Amino acid sequence: MDKNISFTLKVWRQRGPKEKGAFATYEMKDIPGDTSFLEMLDILNESLVNKGEEPIVFDHDCREGICGMCSLYVNGHPHGPATGATTCQLYMRRFKDGDTITVEPWRSAAFPVIRDLMVDRTAFDKIQQAGGYVSINTGGMPDANALPIGKDIAEEAMDAAACIGCGACVAACKNGSAMLFVSAKVSQFALLPQGKPEAAKRAKSMIAKMDELGFGNCTNTRACEAECPKCISISNIARLNREFIKAKLKD
Amino acid sequence: MWLFNSSVGKKVIMSVSGIALVLFLLFHMSMNLVAIFSAEGYNMICEFLGANWYALIATAGLAALVVVHFVYAIILTLQNKKARGGQGYAYTVKPKNVEWASQNMFVLGVIVILGMALHLFNFWANMQLVEVLHMLGANVDASLAADGVHYIKETFACPVYVALYVIWLVALWFHLTHGFWSALQTLGWANQIWFNRWRVIGNVIVTIIILGFLAVVAVYAVCPCAGC
Repeated sequence: MDKNISFTLKVWRQRGPKEKGAFATYEMKDIPGDTSFLEMLDILNESLVNKGEEPIVFDHDCREGICGMCSLYVNGHPHGPATGATTCQLYMRRFKDGDTITVEPWRSAAFPVIRDLMVDRTAFDKIQQAGGYVSINTGGMPDANALPIGKDIAEEAMDAAACIGCGACVAACKNGSAMLFVSAKVSQFALLPQGKPEAAKRAKSMIAKMDELGFGNCTNTRACEAECPKCISISNIARLNREFIKAKLKD
Repeated sequence: MWLFNSSVGKKVIMSVSGIALVLFLLFHMSMNLVAIFSAEGYNMICEFLGANWYALIATAGLAALVVVHFVYAIILTLQNKKARGGQGYAYTVKPKNVEWASQNMFVLGVIVILGMALHLFNFWANMQLVEVLHMLGANVDASLAADGVHYIKETFACPVYVALYVIWLVALWFHLTHGFWSALQTLGWANQIWFNRWRVIGNVIVTIIILGFLAVVAVYAVCPCAGC
């Protein structure tokens, strides 16, 4: 059994996109260590609602680390101090009794705050819509060995496809760059035969959309890779650069 | 044109100009080492790279590279500041695996440029510039213009200059250890294996370059008549 802990929570409260936000402080008492971070916020919200106050708004959905909805910049880390985990997979046992926990929304010009800890990540959807798909009808399931793909290539494509599009890379980046996200989305197709015919077009249109939406320029600090809940490697960024430069040189 | 209006294109400009400047530094450092062994040999090189047409073209090319690298650094940094947004984080931590230099490339670059300005003032303005002015008919004394060793002795006899040059070279080391692999990553020449290879290769090359430069400073600071 995990011990119960009491701690101070500093949460960013902001009523709307245009309004000025500020930190609000809450004292949390006797929270069991096996409570997830989001459950802890649920407990706080319940008490706020009971007191007739506005609950804290935050994004969440599946709560099992695969949907990419949860965000939260906890104590200086997107998705909190755990590595390879999303906020919903973060448990209170990671914190100590008497800690002060600071919770902020993702900070990036391309991800404006909607309210409290919820930011608008539509920009990622727009980048995806610019080319993050295969537009050919590939038909039914092919025979297992009809299209041989090397094990290492399949693994790398799968690792890239693990990106859940949560935006932690942008939140962690001092340049507000979305290169890790875009590179994962380009790589998962560029590595496989189904994605190759459109690889050049995809890299060009997704980068163009990314630039247009006001994301920053990657300076290879590797903060994204360190904070990514799915541990996406920056070797994908090198692949994206390669695909993009190759495509532009061919034009 | 994609080089000028896409984010990756602008970074390609940074990468190519940066790598070219690293190659120049390698060349410059190799020549400096001669000053440790033979003052005469070093002055021959100074003469060879004085106000000759090829040296002047190369100097103009280098100046252009520095200007391009610096101007694009400013453009990219301003864009990145804008992309970050007005509201910063209240609580920040440097994630592990993130090099300090990688997050301070612009500041390091400014130190490098200031050091370069000092260096041009100490040497170039007394040597190639004087020679050019002399050839253009200006009334300057060009008798010491190709005597590089004279200016090395003069500069490093002053401990303040020695300290400034050491700070400059250390900043350059930090700038280049990140810059080298970062440039190749931007050019797309990296994957899980080459990422580590380039980092090691870069660290070795950059350390050799900086130690070479420091050796000349140290030798002339400690023993003012070295190379005689």
